[in-house]
Amino acid sequence: MDPVLNSGDTAWLLISTALVMLMTVPGLALFYGGLTKKVNVLNTMFMSLIAFAITSIIWVLYGYQFAFGEDMLFGIIGNPANLLFSGIGVDQLSTLATTVPETVFIAFQMTFAAITVALISGAVVERMKISSWMVFIAAWVSLVYVPIAHWVWGGGFLAQLGALDFAGGTVVHINSGVAALALILLLGKRKDTKLLPHQLGYSIIGAGLLWFGWFGFNAGSALTAGGLAGQAFINTNTAAAAAMISWIIIDYLKTGKPTVLGAISGAIAGLVAITPAAGFVTVQAAVIIGLVTSVVSYFAISYLKPKLGYDDALDVVGIHGMSGLWGALATGLFAAPFVNELGTGLFYGNPGQLLTQIIAVVVVAAYSFVATLVIGKIIDIVMGLRVEDKEEIEGLDITQHEETGYRI
Amino acid sequence: MKEIVAIIRPNKLDEVKDALEKIGCHGITVTEVKGRGRQLGITESYRGSDYRIDMLPKTRLEIVVSDEDLETVIQAIVETAQTGDIGDGKIFISSVEDVVRIRTGERGEKAI
Repeated sequence: MDPVLNSGDTAWLLISTALVMLMTVPGLALFYGGLTKKVNVLNTMFMSLIAFAITSIIWVLYGYQFAFGEDMLFGIIGNPANLLFSGIGVDQLSTLATTVPETVFIAFQMTFAAITVALISGAVVERMKISSWMVFIAAWVSLVYVPIAHWVWGGGFLAQLGALDFAGGTVVHINSGVAALALILLLGKRKDTKLLPHQLGYSIIGAGLLWFGWFGFNAGSALTAGGLAGQAFINTNTAAAAAMISWIIIDYLKTGKPTVLGAISGAIAGLVAITPAAGFVTVQAAVIIGLVTSVVSYFAISYLKPKLGYDDALDVVGIHGMSGLWGALATGLFAAPFVNELGTGLFYGNPGQLLTQIIAVVVVAAYSFVATLVIGKIIDIVMGLRVEDKEEIEGLDITQHEETGYRI
Repeated sequence: MKEIVAIIRPNKLDEVKDALEKIGCHGITVTEVKGRGRQLGITESYRGSDYRIDMLPKTRLEIVVSDEDLETVIQAIVETAQTGDIGDGKIFISSVEDVVRIRTGERGEKAI
């Protein structure tokens, strides 16, 4: 049977694409911008904005083609048949989402690539040269995101192995978390490593936009407007809510008061954790995944980070890396065949799925870490990664952009 | 003539202003400042890390009064700005040599 365009699916994917776009511009920009010092607010926001723009261009020119082209070289990369967007017809249907136009699928996937690299910025803010960040975006999307997206989603070797990643737990969150760790190891610590949000209100708006956009991210990844999208939608919201509540409980136990930053951090951690599992698990499992993930991320941020001494400014490693890791493993535990026939986890009699998930996590994390180290080191040698000490003290808004966030 | 510089809690400004108004003291200059005294700071907690915020926002009042009004004004400020907790602030009093009203060139107490 020839594939036929479905206008419902197409409409839902168009909306989802716009929703995921909103997560980066301005969701992530606001979320991160509010958490930094007030002399770095514009620079922090700009890092997300420019990530979206540069990735958008790369994606249509060659990024999509290498990531989602027909598999070649034994699952390593896609065959870039339509370089520079040539030969992609207006009415041509996607091969991976067979009821929607290829243009729509390309745009949808573009927003994922953009937010993944933008996420890394949260770890390196307040000290990275903006010129080096822009070069990093281009290099990292091309050499790290594109191949990994191919391995997991584009029919590459991890997909062939049966690794489950509904909407990007491995491709987006573990990938960005591990890359963030590699880059901050190269950059070193900031002079002032305190996390004292200068405008937590921005971060609350940003977190709200992320949560809202995440419905497109996860429910859109069903690639159809049907029951699976509905399941992913309700799972997404359930896990975010459960994780917010469990982070607040930890806050109560630790300091006796619920913190607002804790509430939004928990929500984001829950959204990250449910991402790979959204279209594979039951709502009951989503509650458990959400409740547990805040414990994992809280532990990483308040024990692991100080103990190991890396300066993960806005906790990209702690939230995206660690909750992404938990989510990927939880998918291997909770995937229920009656939710989605493509996935059967350990609790439904298939322990092999957990092993496959572990292999995918290790492969992606190892490649992302090493490749990011190499890219970062080369940029460091050629143009330097870090701003001058006095620029760091004065703030990156004025020294990198000749602008200030506040006139008062 | 005396100058009164009072550092008070920002949320006490309206009460103090009303009390001064009642006793006929209208001229006042207000600035938002940061500083610390015995209070030394408060603790804030973000993602499980505690930080001491040691420069706290305060409100600074500058008032110039005649010698005879001094005690009434000080009393009005103390009565309204006081909570009894650490962090209520301080009042500094110093002598003023002369005052000039720019509009008319008047000098001394009648220029206050």
